[in-house]
Amino acid sequence: MSHAYTPGLRVTNKTKITKKRILPLKGDVVVAVGDKVSPNSVVARTEIPGPVEPINVANILGVPPEDVAEAMLKKEGEAVEQGEVIARSKSFFGLFTSAAKAKISGTIENISHITGQVLLRGAPMPVEVKAYLEGEVTEVFENEGVAVTTWGAFMQGIFGIGGEAYGKIKIVSKTNKDILSEKEIDNSCKGCVIVGGSLVTADGLKKAIAVGAVGIVVGGFNDKDLRDFLGYDLGVAITGSEGKGISLVVTEGFGEIMMAQKTYDMLKAHAGKLACINGATQIRAGVIRPEVVIPSLENISKADQVLQQENVGLEVGSPIRIIREPYFGRLGKVVGLPAPLQKLESESHARVLEAEFPDGTKAIIPRANVEALEE
Amino acid sequence: MKKFDPEDIKVILATDCGSTTTKAILIEHRDGEYRLIVRGEAPTTVEAPFEDVTMGVLNAIGEVEELSGRKILDSNNKIITPAKDKTGTDIYISTSSAGGGLQMMVAGVVRSMTAESAERAAMTAGAIVMDVIASNDKRLPHEQIERIRHLRPDMILLSGGIDGGTTTHVAELAELIAAADPKPRLGSGYNLPVIYAGNVDAREAVKETLEDKTALDIVDNLRPVLERENLLPAREKIHDLFMEHVMAQAPGYSKLMTWTDAPIMPTPGAVGLIIKIIADLENIEAVGVDIGGATTDIFSVFRPGGAEGIFNRTVSANLGMSYSVSNVFAEATLPNVMRWVPFDMDERDLRNRVKNKMIRPTTIPQTLEELILEQAIAKEALRLAFIQHKSFATVLKGVQQQRTIADAFEQTTSGATLVNMMSLNMLVGSGGVLSHAPRRQQAALMLIDAFLPEGVTRLAVDSIFMMPQLGVLSTLHQKAATEVFNKDCLIHLGTCVAPRGEGKADREVMSYVVELPDAKRETGALKFGQMKLIKLGMDKNGQPIKAKAEFHPARGFDLGRGSGNKIEGTVSGGVVGLILDARGRPFVLPTDAKTRVAKLKEWMLELNIYDKDLLEKLIKQY
Repeated sequence: MSHAYTPGLRVTNKTKITKKRILPLKGDVVVAVGDKVSPNSVVARTEIPGPVEPINVANILGVPPEDVAEAMLKKEGEAVEQGEVIARSKSFFGLFTSAAKAKISGTIENISHITGQVLLRGAPMPVEVKAYLEGEVTEVFENEGVAVTTWGAFMQGIFGIGGEAYGKIKIVSKTNKDILSEKEIDNSCKGCVIVGGSLVTADGLKKAIAVGAVGIVVGGFNDKDLRDFLGYDLGVAITGSEGKGISLVVTEGFGEIMMAQKTYDMLKAHAGKLACINGATQIRAGVIRPEVVIPSLENISKADQVLQQENVGLEVGSPIRIIREPYFGRLGKVVGLPAPLQKLESESHARVLEAEFPDGTKAIIPRANVEALEE
Repeated sequence: MKKFDPEDIKVILATDCGSTTTKAILIEHRDGEYRLIVRGEAPTTVEAPFEDVTMGVLNAIGEVEELSGRKILDSNNKIITPAKDKTGTDIYISTSSAGGGLQMMVAGVVRSMTAESAERAAMTAGAIVMDVIASNDKRLPHEQIERIRHLRPDMILLSGGIDGGTTTHVAELAELIAAADPKPRLGSGYNLPVIYAGNVDAREAVKETLEDKTALDIVDNLRPVLERENLLPAREKIHDLFMEHVMAQAPGYSKLMTWTDAPIMPTPGAVGLIIKIIADLENIEAVGVDIGGATTDIFSVFRPGGAEGIFNRTVSANLGMSYSVSNVFAEATLPNVMRWVPFDMDERDLRNRVKNKMIRPTTIPQTLEELILEQAIAKEALRLAFIQHKSFATVLKGVQQQRTIADAFEQTTSGATLVNMMSLNMLVGSGGVLSHAPRRQQAALMLIDAFLPEGVTRLAVDSIFMMPQLGVLSTLHQKAATEVFNKDCLIHLGTCVAPRGEGKADREVMSYVVELPDAKRETGALKFGQMKLIKLGMDKNGQPIKAKAEFHPARGFDLGRGSGNKIEGTVSGGVVGLILDARGRPFVLPTDAKTRVAKLKEWMLELNIYDKDLLEKLIKQY
């Protein structure tokens, strides 16, 4: 195999991004095509029936089930408040009374003369779908939801955790090489999407949650810290519902690995702006990558769109990153592309390249173990 | 499917789209026989920016063109047929497992009862259970629907209720699934498979709700009465549906279907055919394995009591060397992987390496240290997949497990396994980590350590990982498939002789006499924990050299004729030779780190597994 298969992660400053926002159950769409929305805007809502609370009225009143209907002060379909008396019994010439009270607010759904139970249905519960992006409604799916479109910067990470979140971009690591630790994170990060450099430490992650940051975008993260953070070993990378109070987007990989300069520069250029992020990842065929969307709402012409990465082969002079040991994470450039297969230390025969590192040293690397970097 | 006259077929192009790598082979009829000409490979392109499996196919064919000088693609990237001189191919066929692993959701009425049984059925079928939906899981219906949509399962197993019990809750669960309107994660050409294994009385209601929206299959209730579990029908249905309908799917699959001259076969189906042919040709018992990036497939033919061969195949959907490597690590656990590595590694570093392999699946080990680690993980993936295979390949199918309420949560398997390591004649390995191991000895040791053969067992490996293509070819052109298989595919590694029994370090396990072909005689004895390699290679025609041999196990050790009983006969050599394994069965590695490292090193040096100097340097370094 002559070259590496680098996951085609999109990192682009100008593109059109459209997201479908669909209700889990049919309901009402509350916006129209052309409406401007922000991440928190409700675009569709529905109601689901409230919880059912059974009350054993026959037992409480000490009457046979068939007498429960007579003792009821409320009929089926009537509204009741929590604590309100719904049935009362009288005995011994009216001297002693017993009462059954509503445990929740709601309506009387059913009075059973067989079991003596009364079913109370709680108030309907609203289910809402929010816009997630700042943008414009471009399509309405009747009774289901909408499509929200925005223009802006779009970056895919290689791995993430946590679901949708949004906040202002705060550049915390001064360069793409810096490690993001707890020391760099303070209360000013509250509500923000923090940008780190080559790694976020376990303490850094915890501190970010403690101060109320909504997300972190960073080059690398240690798998051991991930396991400790999640409380289990992630076997198959399907994430997004961790509910840990923060969303994490890892742009490069596991371990300390500097964020690609282009990604870091792009985030830095948008510091202070709104970022909508989603850590949900599924690494399998039909892959889903975590993402960072920075809506700009400018009317960018289609000609400006930079969508597809070209799969350009490696050439002498191409900047590369090594993606496997023993040079994992190092940057360099191609200085030789020998054609014949070469024997590696592992004794495998593979197509290789000669790489030169910034300090002038050179190394032979299998072509499968490098990825081309965009200049 | 096109009709062919086998006589007209002189050039054959075949590809196998794995989850990670797409392999292409070119076969030509030359000098009266079919032979492999070249092989090309390229990364499988199921991820962005391509998201089209045919791109990887074109790249792999491109490499075949480059290496063979045959022009196969026209200027529009269409395959040229029929072949003419140095252009085109007469047929193009393919197998696929590009879809990767199996991730399922299960649903049941009561979380701790039917839902848990369903979860067990899915897990024992090799699936990752992404979530368990239960009527009493305290989530609201819309939350459950959201979850189904978000996770995009490959399949849903719906259970619930004992036979004759209430049907309302099961019907509600079916409605929930219908409302979620789940779409398969790959391809639009098929509906999401849903298996119903619940209360028989609810079948009609479930059918009514789900039949139009999903590919519904109904099997026996997996919990017909509260204290009895019957997981096998659901488990087997999951397995079959995965193999036949899920794993082959990939973005661009429907396009690829229009290119091939025969239906695309799921990779395990094709490899299974080859293993079956091997076993039937020689009337032997055989186990074959194909370890891929996302899945590990095991095939076996056993003949209990001399009966006709019983074929079994299992696909361990989430054990593999790239996309699933992290799951191997999670399931096997760190200590089990590291027990095969003769040096210590920092856990933090090790974990990062494994995860990075998962997210960048086509990288290869450059250093010896990386190679040893990768082969250690492979041993564990093979071991775990074989455990699953043993539990599937059972004598009594469909036996129900009687349970008490107390042990209702410990269901394992039913029926005795057919797998008999003592009577097994041949163990065949395929897949990147085995076929591309830099030294064939490494493939032999991976097979031995993972499968722990007993008695006398021949070992073989797929030379360059082309069994899938030959499997599908065998359905179209048996002669071409057989000729290439015998001459270019199967590499005979040798024979492993391993007595069953346990002992102590200085105790003799077995003595041996091997009459080598050059009239030399190799004799000796092995103590417990030793291994020995006797050179017994290949003849001029590329066939394994045979030698007369006699093995005499000590009392308490068995080579198939009972404790202490001698066996004699002919053993086959191979590119590795005759491997005598006196480490005992069951095999236990020393728990003391120093002794373990010393033993690993001893075996690696005896079998010439790695470069001696590099290995010693590495061990010293840590």
